[in-house]
Amino acid sequence: MNLYAIKAIYVFEMSRTFRTLLQSIISPVISTALYFIVFGSAIGSRMESIGNVDYGTFIVPGLIMLTVLMQSVSNASFGIYFPKFLGTINELYTAPVSYLEIVIAYVGAAATKSIAIGLIILITAFAFVPLSILHPIWMLVFLIITCISFSLLGFILGIWAKSFEQLNIVPSLIITPLVFLGGSFYSITLLPPFWQNVTLFNPIVYLISGFRWAFFGTSDVSIFFSLIAISCFTAICLLIIWLIFKTGYRMKM
Amino acid sequence: MNNIIEIKDVEKIYASGNKALNKINLNIKEGEILALLGPNGAGKTTLISAVCGITVPTSGSINVDGYDVIKEYKSSRKLIGLVPQEIALEPFEKVINTVNYSRNLFGYPPDDNYIEELLKKLSLWGKRDSKIIELSGGMKRRVLIAKALSHNPKILFLDEPTAGVDVELRKDMWRVIKELKVQGVTIILTTHYIEEAEEIAERVAIINDGQILLTEEKDSLMKRMGTKKIEVIIKNKIEKIPNELSSFNLTISDNKQKIIFTYDQKRSDLDILKILNFIKESGLDIIDIETTETSLEDIFVNLLKE
Repeated sequence: MNLYAIKAIYVFEMSRTFRTLLQSIISPVISTALYFIVFGSAIGSRMESIGNVDYGTFIVPGLIMLTVLMQSVSNASFGIYFPKFLGTINELYTAPVSYLEIVIAYVGAAATKSIAIGLIILITAFAFVPLSILHPIWMLVFLIITCISFSLLGFILGIWAKSFEQLNIVPSLIITPLVFLGGSFYSITLLPPFWQNVTLFNPIVYLISGFRWAFFGTSDVSIFFSLIAISCFTAICLLIIWLIFKTGYRMKM
Repeated sequence: MNNIIEIKDVEKIYASGNKALNKINLNIKEGEILALLGPNGAGKTTLISAVCGITVPTSGSINVDGYDVIKEYKSSRKLIGLVPQEIALEPFEKVINTVNYSRNLFGYPPDDNYIEELLKKLSLWGKRDSKIIELSGGMKRRVLIAKALSHNPKILFLDEPTAGVDVELRKDMWRVIKELKVQGVTIILTTHYIEEAEEIAERVAIINDGQILLTEEKDSLMKRMGTKKIEVIIKNKIEKIPNELSSFNLTISDNKQKIIFTYDQKRSDLDILKILNFIKESGLDIIDIETTETSLEDIFVNLLKE
């Protein structure tokens, strides 16, 4: 294992975060804080509690998920797309670095950033709403696995994308609607039975539900299904990445 | 000398159907400086890319110091440094960081002393904390060389290293290449500037349409295919070559004041002094003598025409 290379790529990617601190960390935190103010305090104060949980508190897991999913995808996709765009990726191809090492470094850096942002948002939430975490270890497990799996998705997107426009298509046209319709701001039990069944095809429902269970001990779907869903999603992403590297799809000529 | 790179029957056919490399066979000797010459689109960069890992050959095999570049890519790539044709660098990174990054990427631990020495040799030490975006084109090219040398490679590929750089940098680069050669580094150079190959290469490989047309020691190639010209400048104009000199292959220049003698460099039986004596004895006053020889460029152009 070329540990020096993994560390070099990881540190390089992390240093990009610090160079663009405003865009990387402060911006998502501010936008999430705005959600807390608008949905949590202003509108939330007029809404009923959901399953004995105050509405403002109820949306915290969904908001964290919303941000970390978007951040994981965009961090990882940008991380691998930018070297492709600049042409610096050729240095990576000429280096004694295996595909696994490349994935560990880029996905590791993207996931680290997302986890950090998720935790910062969680800390911010304490300033706005009363919050306690019932299963903190599980909360961390869900957060970490989600960040890794969606960073893997972002990595695939970054390899697939041929332009900055394509880079933004998946987060804005697929991830955002799925997160909003996946129960970030409501319990899917509030939906009519037909739409509840339709929503079960949205994989993000399982993530948000599992993450919410770690906070409040209640969930829309079984924690077991949540774990299966996230494991399957991670496995599918890994399989696609393996195929990309095996075939050289959109990487090597 | 051992072959440090062995390229056997390498073909590269792109998805578009374009055959960039057509059964290339080439051995590169350890410690030599080989110039890979060819017109645009000949396959020079594709060949280098196949050795370095940027592109995957469709068929054939490439061995670097005994390691297969596909199956044992980690071992083979550790030995190679590549200075690419295109300047591709992270614009907001500092010079020293990007060079250290390359060293680590090749699996080597940081070595501040070596990097300092390298940057000083390339006149980059004063710019070590500058961001890439702040550097001139020539400086960026120096950074590319520093990155390629950051892991002390045994083999260095330079793909058009002096394209668009000023004379000073070009000469600096030649100096660095010669120093590396002394250290035993094998250098493979592609260039449009044939004078560059003429200046520093020991062996020349000419590639066209994805095929190697010729591989030969530069000196022997120039001796074999080159011609030498002696121009004898005389005081008075002449209309025809005197009869005493008719046995030699002589011509008269347009201004009728030069007798031109063209001969193969490989001919060793010529007595130049004898010809000059004949000219003098035929009553012609010699003012000056000029000699010129075919450049590698002339040979290259002639080969491509053939």
